[in-house]
Parts: sequence; structure tokens; C-alpha cells
Amino acid sequence: MASITTADTASLRSSSRSARGDAVFRTLTFIAGAFVFVLLGAIALFLVIKAMPAIKNDPTNFFTTTQWSSSAYGIAATLFGTALTAVLALAIAVPVGVGVALYITQYAPRRIATLLGYVTDMLAAVPSVVYGLWGLIFLLPRMVGIDHFLAKYFGWTGLFHDPAGGLNTFPKTIFSASIVLSIMVLPIIAAISREVFRQVDPVQKEAALALGATRWEMIRTAVLPPSRAGVISATMLGLGRALGETIAVALVIGNVNRVSGHVLVPGGNTIAANIANTFGEAADKGPLIASGLVLFVLTLVVNLAARYVILRAGTEERSAV
Amino acid sequence: MAKRIETVDLSCYYGSMQAVEGVSLTVEPKSVTAFIGPSGCGKSTFLRALNRMHEVIPNARIEGTVLLDDEDIYGPGIEAAAVRRTIGMVFQKPNPFPTMSIYDNVAAGLKLNGIRKKSELDGAVERSLRGANLWDEVKSRLNKPGMGLSGGQQQRLCIARAIAVEPQVLLMDEPCSALDPISTLAIEDLINELKDRYTIVIVTHNMQQAARVSDVTAFFTLKGPGEPGRLIEVDATQKIFTNPSEKRTEDYITGRFG
Amino acid sequence: MTIADSTQSLRRQSLRQASIPRAGVAVLIAGSIGLAFVLFAVTPLQGDADFVVVAALLSVVILVAASWTVEGRRRAIDRFATSATMLALILTLLPLGFVLGYVIKRGAKDFNINFLTHSLAGIGPLDAGGGVYHAIIGTFEQVLIASFISVPLGLMVAIFITEYSRSSLATAVRFLVDVMTGIPSIVAGLFVLSFWILALNQPYTGFAAAMALAILELPIIVRTSEEMIRLVPAALREAAYALGVPKWKTILRVVLPTATTGITTGVMLAMARVIGETAPVFLVAGNNFFINNDPLHGQQASLATFIFINARASSDLQVDRAWAAALTLILIVAVLYVSARLLTRRNALARR
Repeated sequence: MASITTADTASLRSSSRSARGDAVFRTLTFIAGAFVFVLLGAIALFLVIKAMPAIKNDPTNFFTTTQWSSSAYGIAATLFGTALTAVLALAIAVPVGVGVALYITQYAPRRIATLLGYVTDMLAAVPSVVYGLWGLIFLLPRMVGIDHFLAKYFGWTGLFHDPAGGLNTFPKTIFSASIVLSIMVLPIIAAISREVFRQVDPVQKEAALALGATRWEMIRTAVLPPSRAGVISATMLGLGRALGETIAVALVIGNVNRVSGHVLVPGGNTIAANIANTFGEAADKGPLIASGLVLFVLTLVVNLAARYVILRAGTEERSAV
Repeated sequence: MAKRIETVDLSCYYGSMQAVEGVSLTVEPKSVTAFIGPSGCGKSTFLRALNRMHEVIPNARIEGTVLLDDEDIYGPGIEAAAVRRTIGMVFQKPNPFPTMSIYDNVAAGLKLNGIRKKSELDGAVERSLRGANLWDEVKSRLNKPGMGLSGGQQQRLCIARAIAVEPQVLLMDEPCSALDPISTLAIEDLINELKDRYTIVIVTHNMQQAARVSDVTAFFTLKGPGEPGRLIEVDATQKIFTNPSEKRTEDYITGRFG
Repeated sequence: MTIADSTQSLRRQSLRQASIPRAGVAVLIAGSIGLAFVLFAVTPLQGDADFVVVAALLSVVILVAASWTVEGRRRAIDRFATSATMLALILTLLPLGFVLGYVIKRGAKDFNINFLTHSLAGIGPLDAGGGVYHAIIGTFEQVLIASFISVPLGLMVAIFITEYSRSSLATAVRFLVDVMTGIPSIVAGLFVLSFWILALNQPYTGFAAAMALAILELPIIVRTSEEMIRLVPAALREAAYALGVPKWKTILRVVLPTATTGITTGVMLAMARVIGETAPVFLVAGNNFFINNDPLHGQQASLATFIFINARASSDLQVDRAWAAALTLILIVAVLYVSARLLTRRNALARR
């Protein structure tokens, strides 16, 4: 009996020591968690500190000026280009990405599906600078024919209006940048959509099939409706990526600040590409940081919106994203 | 409307694994036929082969013949989707479409068949919900989500959805196994009413249920784990439960195994 | 009952339906490809990728048209949907094939041991030779330092989120980490520029780049570690508690070791993700043609900035070097991904 008593007191004593250990450990991880707050706050704070003087000292209006030089600078053109390239890229990447995700989850035999999953994920593993190099050297010369075709037959839409008829031999355009971007955001949209589609309860699909639905009707009735929020947030995450992508765009876009919806006319610029392309010669980095702050806020809003959509959709879909 | 189903030497496979072996069986129109047997005896698999839902599972296939009023549903030029519309199905777990309202759930099959006219849809939805004994409970909230109903109501909603496309046969795969006794009773009453119009096949684990609702009972079993399931005996329910011809049936009915 | 007894428009269609057999589909597709050949022969259309796309589009149009006339509207729409998803697959695989194929083809020209072991010291734009040794050193130093910062921090954050998940702060941190995954890499670079280089007046160095990369790695590491820690069975934890082991020891001695392979996989994936980052490195580490082994002093190159700068250079020799560097970078990324995958295979927890 005596020995048990000793053991008891010993364990009691050690438990008070362990309580202290727990408190220390808890504090440490708490600090780490709090650091995330501090970090995000610091990012916003320092960008603002360095951006404000530049915005104030701008002899023109920072938000309405299109040109970018040391004497007068503004984000009107680059912000426009950023939005336009990203939206065009999504217009291509969303249907393709959702299509691939549907093929992999609803059509392909299981073995091939796993393999195709890996292969499409490989698109995300290629560094953006490699896409830029490829876009510049491989894609641009090959865009001539496509641009020519689009300008000839779809020039009337305005979007593809091009007085040169796509005859530029090296089409550094908004459209070229959008194509490269669409390839880069495609794997993000495909991967998330795939997860969302995979989580559809098979009994729903069987219910549709048992009503005599064809496979597409089954997808339309049982797979797509519960996946809507997931696909929307996938699109928004892709949008965030497309808005912020720098190097690939910097290499294939025309670097001409212009607000124009004619995406085949050489030129155009984005905020991120402008930073990369003018950073070297900029004596004052303030204006560039200011434009970066706008980009930060823009991507933050898009990402928050994406998270909000997922949050509202409920837990089943949240785990997929 | 109701049609007869006949299988001739039907075997079902999952890849190389045989789940059902050589079942020949006739299901008469406007009757309720119950499939009973221990777990894994292939009764659900066999049921799913009757409206070509079996082949939905990757690598699943069948051998043999299934005739719907003398037409081979696996024959050349036969459309699986058309077969499934003609032979409706109700599943083990109630599975209304989660994003759809009660109304849209019932109308889903009709819309697939190209029916868009509001008046026609309204009529069919009301008729189907009445047919499933659900109308009075939901008529004031047709636009509420189907998932908001209780389990038993959801299952009756699924039955309404199935009968909305006016099938000739209704297959039910353990439709009450996820339900409480009161909801089960409601479904059983419904089955009794539905058999005036449809040929009904029901798989059940519950022997009392088979005895209560069915006219004919088919008993399936398997020799051992990994063996395919076989049809042992099919006869009038009354006879199966009082005086079965096969010893194995009797053993199962009396609870000596399974 | 006042309503009709049955739905009149529900046509009693027969089970039998005219359908195009597999062989017919094959013939139609073969015909479409043949037609594409003819088109490419007699019209100005040209190019391999264009041919694939045109042939695929023709196949879809012809197949769907045939299906509509023979099989009816519903089957035609179904066939269209099937073809459209397959087309999407082709449109995904095509660029992947072209990117990887072209990088290998162009990169192989300069890619050799000499290229990997020499810097650009003394190599002008018009000189042949030279290599990426200095850039590889820079890349590895920057990514390793970034990981040294972000891995312990990320682990602590992950532990905080999982083990103290009841606090509302943990929920908030988890949300912020999600938001952090969306920060563009150039913003991370601009932050280090504003904070470290401009506000604290520090020089452009490899270490500055490492800090920017650490910011980008952090959310990836938190997310994967969090998932891996969650996969550790609660029974294991409870067994330790039942033995009187305090919580912090349980986490360090039981939870983390069990999750190690998974966490390592996550770290490798995070490294693979940031190793190709260009913009932040370019912004705060500058560039260097010489070997600089010291991440704390002086500007430093990386493989990514090497590619970026040489890609737009005027001399073909420089562009060739960019391709060879791209091949080098892709091979490193591939090694990281393959090792991560091999590790996952050994990981009993993540195998589902």
C-alpha cells in the first residue's frame, strides 16, 4: 500500500509540472498563431506606409492616370489590363477545367481517372517563369494564325477587332497573355472541381439514372446543382491567381499602357507585369509598391469572396477546397 | 400499364466476381413480389439487374436474359435509359435531390422527358404526391427543399418521383431499412395501394414485411462467403411462410440461420 | 380527383431506339479526321495543334449531327456533352505536352554537366558556354532558408489550429491562413521590399528573397500539416493521455512522429511550389552573374530569375541558356514531386 501512495504523490507532482509544460507549449503555439495575424497586418501596413507618399506625390491622379513614368503614373490602364486578362483567362479556363473535371470524375474508368488526375495536376507544377518562356518563344509566333482567324471572322465583335488583321509577327497582346494565364489557372479550377464533383453522393446519381436520365442529364440533375458553390469558389480562386500572376504575363504582354478592349492589338499591361518590367529602372519604388497595394486589396477581396461562398455552402464542400 | 418481368438464367458479375448465379424467375403484373434472403445473397444485385442499374457500377455485367413482356431489355438496340424510365426504382436510403424543392424533385423525371408546360407539371406533381400519400403533408410547402422532410416523408417523396414518369414496374431496394416503424407502416400501406397499378418488386431484410406486403416471395441464399447467390424457391408468400418446399427456406424463415 | 389520370405528353416511347453503333461512331470520327486532312491540304490552315483542334471539333459536330438525326435530341445532347468533356481533356493535355516537350527539346541543347557546374562569370551575351551553377546555389540557399523559417513556424501554427481548435482565435487563424494562400507572390516580394529593404534599409540579398518565399510557403505548410495531424487517430492521443503523458509531450512524441511522413510530403510540395517563384526573388535578391555563396551579403541569382532575364535577351545563346535552365528547374521540381509521392505511398495515415 505504501508504494502505491508514493506512486500517487509522484504522479500528482509530475502532473503539476506537466501542467506548466502544457502552459508553455500552449503559449508558444499561441504566439505562432498570433504571428499569422501580425504577418498579414504587417504586409498591409508596410505596403500602405510605402505606397501613401507615392500616391500623394503623384502629380496626376493615381487612380485615373493611364501612363506610367517617373513624372506621372497611374494604375488606370494596368488595373484595366489586369482585370481583362484575368476575365478572359477564366472565360477559357472555367469551361475547360470543369469539363476535364467532369470527364475525370464522371466518364473515365477509375484507373485512367487517377492517372489523368495526376497528369492535369502536373500543369500546376510547372513554374510560372517556364510558362512565360514557353509563351514568349513557342506560343507567340503560333498565335499569329489564330489571331488572324479571329480578327477576320470575329473582328465585328469588337473584342477581336484588329486593324492589322492579326498580321503582327510577334503578337504581344492581352489575348496572348490571357491564353498563357488560362493554362496556368486551369489546373486549379480542374483540381477543385474534381474534388467537388467526387463528393457528390453516388445515390443521387443513381436516383437520376433510375429516372431514365442519360449520362449528361444525370450530371445536370444530380452532379452540377450540389457542386455550384464549389465551382464558383474554384473560379474565384483561379481569378485570384490570374490577377496576381506576374512573370508569365510580363514576358508575353505588350507593355503598352492603354485602356482598350481590342485584345488582339499589340500592347496592354497588367499591374504585376508592370512591376516586374519597370522595377529595374525605377529609382523610386514607391509608385510600384502603391500599385502592388491595389493588387493586394483586389486579390484579398476576391479570395475573401471565394471563402465566403464556400462557408455559406456548408461543410461538405468546404473540405474539398 | 403494369408489365410482367421474366428472367432466364440470369447471372450477375462484378468484374470477375460472380454475385448471382442462374436465376430464372417470373414476376406477374400488378402483384408484389418480395425478395428475401441473408446479406450478400445477391438479391439487391439481382434487383438492380432488372432495370439495368447494375451496369452503372464499373466492370459490372450480366449474363442471361431479362424480358419485359417478352422484350429483352438487354437486347440490341435497347436503350438503358428507356428501360430505367419504364422500370422505376426506389433506393435503400431516401435520396431526394438535395438542392431541389419538393416540387422540383417530383418534376425532375418529367422535365428530363421534355415536359415543360406548367399546367401539365402541376397536374403530374399533384397526382404523384397523392399517389405516394404525401400530398396532404406537403401541399402547402411544395417549394421547400425536399431534404427538409422527415426520413419517411423523403422516402415517399422518392416514390412520388419514381411514379411521376409513369413506369410500368417499380423496384424497391429495402425501402424501409432506414426508416422508423411508423414510417415503415406508411410505406407498406402505400405499396398495397400501388400494386393496383404497378408491378412491384421489393427487396427486404424484414421477413414480417415480406409476409405483410407481398403476394409472392422469392428466397435467395448463398452457400458460403464468396459464393454467388442463388434463387432457392419462389412461391406464393402464404406458402413460403407456412409450408416451404425447400428445407433451406424453412431454416431461414424459422430463424435457424441467416 | 379533379386532375387528369396521367400525363398526356409523356409519350410511351419504346425501349427500342435507333442508335449509332460503336463502329459507326468510329467511322464518323475517322471521316472527320479525313475531312480535316483535306481542309489542311486545300486551305491555308496549318499547324499540328490546330489540326488536332480542328479535327476534334469536326468530329464533335459531325457526330452530334448524325446522332440528332438518328438517335434524337436527348442522345445527341448526351453525345455532345461527352465529346465536349473529352475536348476539354484534349485542350488540357495539349498545352502540357507542348510545354514539357518543348522545354525538353530546347533545353537539351545546352543541358550538360558543364552547364550545371559553371556560372556566367566572364560570359558575355554573345559568348557560348557558361551555366547555371550560381543560380542553382542561389535557388537552393533561398528555398532552404525559407523552409527553415516557415517549417517550424508552420508546424506550430498547425498545432495551434488542430490542438487548440476550440478557441475562436484558432478559427480565425485558420481562415487567415486560407486567405494567405491567395496572396500573389509579387505582393510577398513587395512586402519584403517595403519592410526589409526600404524601411529597415537592408541590402538586396538571397536572404531577403528567402523571407518572401517563406511567406509563400507558410500557408501551404500549415494546411498540409494540419491535415496530417488531423489524420492521427484520436485513440493514439487518448492512449498517451491515459498513461498520464502531458499534452505537449503527447503532441511532440506521439502526434508529430506519427504525422512525420505526411508533413515531410507537405514540406516538399511547398518547396516545389516556391522553387520556381520568380517575381519576389527578382524584386529583393536582384541578380548576379557570378557565384555568390553568401545569402546574407550581395545580390544573388536563382534559376527562376536566370530564366526570366535570359528569356527576353536578344542573343539566341542567352535564350538557349534560358531553356536549359528551365529544363534544370523542371527536373528539380519533378524530383521533389516524385519524392513527395513516394513518401506518400509509405505514409500509412494518408493512404485511403
